[in-house]
Amino acid sequence: MHDIALRAAGLQKRFGGLLAVSDVSIDIRVGEIHAVIGPNGAGKSTLINLLAGELLPTSGEVLLNGADITSLSPDRRARAGLGRAYQKTTLFAQFSVHENVRLAAQARSTAPLRMFGGTRCDRPYLQLVTDAIDRVGLSARSQIVADKLSHGEQRQLEIAMVLATNPQVILLDEPLAGMGPSEARGIIGLIASLKADRALLVVEHDMDAVFELADRLTVMQDGRVVATGSPQDVRVDPGVRAAYLGADGGIA
Amino acid sequence: MSMPNLRVRLFGIACLVMAIALPFCVSTYYTQFLAKALIMGMLAMSLNLVVGHGGLVSLCHAAFFGLAGYVLALLSPRYDAASLLTTLPIAILCSGTAALLIGALVLRTRGVYFIMVTLAFGEMLFFFFHDTKFAGGSDGISVNIRPEIAIAGRQLLDLDKPMTFYFVVLGFLVGVIALLTMVVRSPFGRALAAARDNERRARSLGFPIFRLRLTAFTLSGALAGVAGYLAAAQFGFVAPQMLGWHQSATILVMVLIGGLRSVTGPLVGALVLIGMEEVLKAHLDNWKLVEGLIIIGIVILLPNGVRQIWSMVFGASPQRAAEIKPAAAEARHA
Ligand SMILES: Nc1ncnc2c1ncn2[C@@H]1O[C@H](COP(=O)(O)OP(=O)(O)OP(=O)(O)O)[C@@H](O)[C@H]1O
Ligand SMILES: [Mg+2]
Repeated sequence: MHDIALRAAGLQKRFGGLLAVSDVSIDIRVGEIHAVIGPNGAGKSTLINLLAGELLPTSGEVLLNGADITSLSPDRRARAGLGRAYQKTTLFAQFSVHENVRLAAQARSTAPLRMFGGTRCDRPYLQLVTDAIDRVGLSARSQIVADKLSHGEQRQLEIAMVLATNPQVILLDEPLAGMGPSEARGIIGLIASLKADRALLVVEHDMDAVFELADRLTVMQDGRVVATGSPQDVRVDPGVRAAYLGADGGIA
Repeated sequence: MSMPNLRVRLFGIACLVMAIALPFCVSTYYTQFLAKALIMGMLAMSLNLVVGHGGLVSLCHAAFFGLAGYVLALLSPRYDAASLLTTLPIAILCSGTAALLIGALVLRTRGVYFIMVTLAFGEMLFFFFHDTKFAGGSDGISVNIRPEIAIAGRQLLDLDKPMTFYFVVLGFLVGVIALLTMVVRSPFGRALAAARDNERRARSLGFPIFRLRLTAFTLSGALAGVAGYLAAAQFGFVAPQMLGWHQSATILVMVLIGGLRSVTGPLVGALVLIGMEEVLKAHLDNWKLVEGLIIIGIVILLPNGVRQIWSMVFGASPQRAAEIKPAAAEARHA
């Protein structure tokens, strides 16, 4: 019923002798949040890097709105409507919060590499910038250099930068890690509000957040998909209980 | 306009007024000396677009400088003046094209490899002019008659007059400063600096890093061509040393002395270095040694370049005004 925005089929990534991602197929649909969970080293970040183009798969393919983007560079994928946030904070550390987000918006503006005129004359996207900063709750901090933010604030900034590029498909790698409870609440609400006209893939360790947000859930272990389906089905999947939570496990 | 901004503008205007007045106050020798220093300043500023703003340490910048000099020398008739209005654009085009071609290859590498590959390409051009006979080989080649600025046979400016030549250089210098300032502040310049700060993030936001850097590298080479053309016109002579790695390293030192984060810092660096050489040469035998020690001292004590002295004397530094603003805002929030 929902359109598939991003599809991965038979993705495999080998690092030397290690199969970090092995035969992973996943569909991300518009209007849905697809959560990916799994223990440390399961291959979740590697999967995101394959989808975003930072790593090239050993085999398999990636389709964006039906078009093959398997060998497209990360910047081409971004311009095609893919936005991602990193697990390990990756910001323009020497620039202010506002400049970080403004650069994100600039990258998707009509003339991102214009060589004349300042950056202040671009009214249309400056509104997008203030909105994005506002939505992650950093308005009061917008003039601060990113380097000087607390870890949680840097995570918020990561998300603001994704918002400012206004992507159609969003990949978030542990967006809540390192955030305080009240900030996390705000971001959970924000993520939920994004799915209306977008497709989201969210990797997250916080199970309460996962079961609150996810429309579809995929569990990974040792590079493979262990289970996938609605959160209710996955929750009672015996294989998942054994593999991911240990024999006595109880999700949420 | 904010206070530091206003102060920067006033300071800039004061410098320009001084630069205009100076040749009327000093001897011809010093007018020529100043013109030479300003040309080197222009060269250092052009390099800084790549080094300071782009974060790429290039060691082949002198190649674009020297190439433009050779273009003038080869285009100059033996007993007649070349026309500046036609030969300068050709020289800029040659330097820019060389930068485009070399950039397209070297910008595929990063870090130390980038430094090494630029060095290799610079040396290739050096040996091309050094070991072939068509442009005088290792002896170099002279520009017998300075180019002239003429329209329909009527001479507009006589570049043989040191004062006139100086003002032409000053005019080009102001133009280069204006151009670089515009580019650095534009969305392009911000994206270039963003890629320096975090290439991975810049790419994942959608910036085409290679194209971005190649454009900067080409523009930087073309502007080095302007400086090289003017230098050849002034000295009336070009030799392979003009495009060797030694020259490239000297320009890099000017950038380091002046500071990486501003447009005009490297100009200050060039003036300091060339002025210092002039003074030391006149008074010391082993002046190179003393010069080296002073440069090391400057780089250690003033990591942001000579322009940092401004902030020590007046508080806010002009080129860092933009970076200080966020800090001030932080203090308010604290
Ligand atoms: N660039 C790389 N080179 C070699 N091995 C890598 C590389 N990146 C990841 N790996 C390995 O691949 C496996 C999967 O790593 P990945 O980061 O995808 O796990 P993850 O599910 O994101 O884990 P976490 O929950 O800790 O973030 C790990 O064993 C990791 O050590
Ligand atoms: Mg991970």
